[in-house]
Amino acid sequence: MAKISIVLKAVGALFLFLPAIVFAESPVTENLDSGDTSWILTSTALVLFMTLPGLALFYGGLVRSKNVLSVLMQCFSIACVVTILWVVYGYSLSFSDGGGMNGWIGGISNAFLGEVTRGSMSGTLPETVFVMFQLTFAIITPALIVGGFAERMKFSSMLLFSVLWSSLVYFPVCHWVWGGGWLAEKGLLDFAGGVVVHITAGVAAIVAAMVLGNRKGFPETPMMPHNMTMVVTGAGMLWVGWFGFNAGSALAANGDAGMAMLVTHISAACGAMAWAAMEWVKYGKASALGTVTGMVAGLGTITPASGYVGPMGALVIGLSAGILCFFATGFIKRTLKIDDSLDVFPVHGVGGILGTLLAGVFVSAGLGGVGLAEGKTISSQVGVQLTGVIATIIWTAIATFVILKLVDAIIGLRVSEDEETEGLDITQHDERGYIL
Amino acid sequence: MKLIKAIIKPFKLDDVREALSEVGIQGITVSEVKGFGRQKGHTELYRGAEYKVDFLPKVKIETVVSDGDVDKVVEAIRNAANTGKIGDGKIFVLPIEQAIRIRTGESGDEAL
Repeated sequence: MAKISIVLKAVGALFLFLPAIVFAESPVTENLDSGDTSWILTSTALVLFMTLPGLALFYGGLVRSKNVLSVLMQCFSIACVVTILWVVYGYSLSFSDGGGMNGWIGGISNAFLGEVTRGSMSGTLPETVFVMFQLTFAIITPALIVGGFAERMKFSSMLLFSVLWSSLVYFPVCHWVWGGGWLAEKGLLDFAGGVVVHITAGVAAIVAAMVLGNRKGFPETPMMPHNMTMVVTGAGMLWVGWFGFNAGSALAANGDAGMAMLVTHISAACGAMAWAAMEWVKYGKASALGTVTGMVAGLGTITPASGYVGPMGALVIGLSAGILCFFATGFIKRTLKIDDSLDVFPVHGVGGILGTLLAGVFVSAGLGGVGLAEGKTISSQVGVQLTGVIATIIWTAIATFVILKLVDAIIGLRVSEDEETEGLDITQHDERGYIL
Repeated sequence: MKLIKAIIKPFKLDDVREALSEVGIQGITVSEVKGFGRQKGHTELYRGAEYKVDFLPKVKIETVVSDGDVDKVVEAIRNAANTGKIGDGKIFVLPIEQAIRIRTGESGDEAL
């Protein structure tokens, strides 16, 4: 006992000195803004909350009860795996200088976050906060793709796919747009990730759905959401978390952040009501699922435009998102019969494309936006937006296709027919979501 | 002795249980079941995808009564479970050969 207490005292004494040691190591960071820093710390938590548990619950409720854990597990595992990737080379490839290749990809000078210290800065923020904030975006993007291949992909293949996809699609495209790459040079407007997050995820999801093939029994067999309460709960978390996503993307606690939050909220509300109204007209009733799906469409669509447009732009963007994504969902699922199981492409992909293009329109000061860059007209800006959209779609589609074929060749993509019937919870994880 | 088996609308269960207590029924067995009759199923819409739900949830009540009680029990269930709308369910009456109370070994009407 005596020995233990001596050790405890020694440890206690060490802690007494710790603050002094920390202060001694911290260099002076003159341009640090504590208001900005605290808002981005908060935003980071909000954006992670979108994935865990917001998106996980949203997706988990949409699948059948035998697959609920597999979806929750995919979202959680992606969060962990992407975190490790981000440390090893993801942050570096996305945000460091790529030298001669800088248009396309960052360098490896910041691998293992080698240059990130307590004192290093990113604008008015500690770089650590910027690293964390951006990491939460890198997490949610592959997590969104889960909706395309839900209920039929092997867990191991999903992990390998997510690692390769983040490396070959997310990090490069993130660098193109936000890391000083070629689209940034061209002046592409993508405030919070219409191109970087929603188009990449949407396109990847539909490519994955086509490469894996439809779920067994689709579309004849009913595959209804097993828990709509979970879906609506998760959707509510997404709405709240999106304030961090969009208003946080100002990377400051200022007027841009405030306007981004306002337009984000307006667009979510408009998207939800537009979708519900479409259902009411077409099917006679407005549904809870339609309303929250319209909300996600409104949020995804305002994302690229959120820092540039005003409230009027947000009304138009939200309403058009609800209507266009509503028709896109029916077209992909029932006309083309592609089993993008949780409708990632029609909601996020189409929303991302629409929002990125409309950002180029409603940025105009005449339409309530912050104003076009010098020398740009609406049509030239929309031209830049269109270039970014098309390039991202092409790169994402090709890279995703190749990655899936590669993973298929190495370990296979799909579970067996028996396993699919039994459900991924039992066959992939030896667990059940519900023991009632 | 007769087995009375009734398929009813789930929300009518409490009314039926009360009506059965009033006519002196000492015990019933209840199961949640699914099926279809003339009511057929209904359709559900999720993001515009229409799903036909063929089997509707119902509640099955089973109770064994002495021959003399059959009419009043059937009447009690009918009155309590009736909404006048399609899908109210059905009552079946089946003969029972023997009943035994496990604890005491009593048999026949005594065991009910």
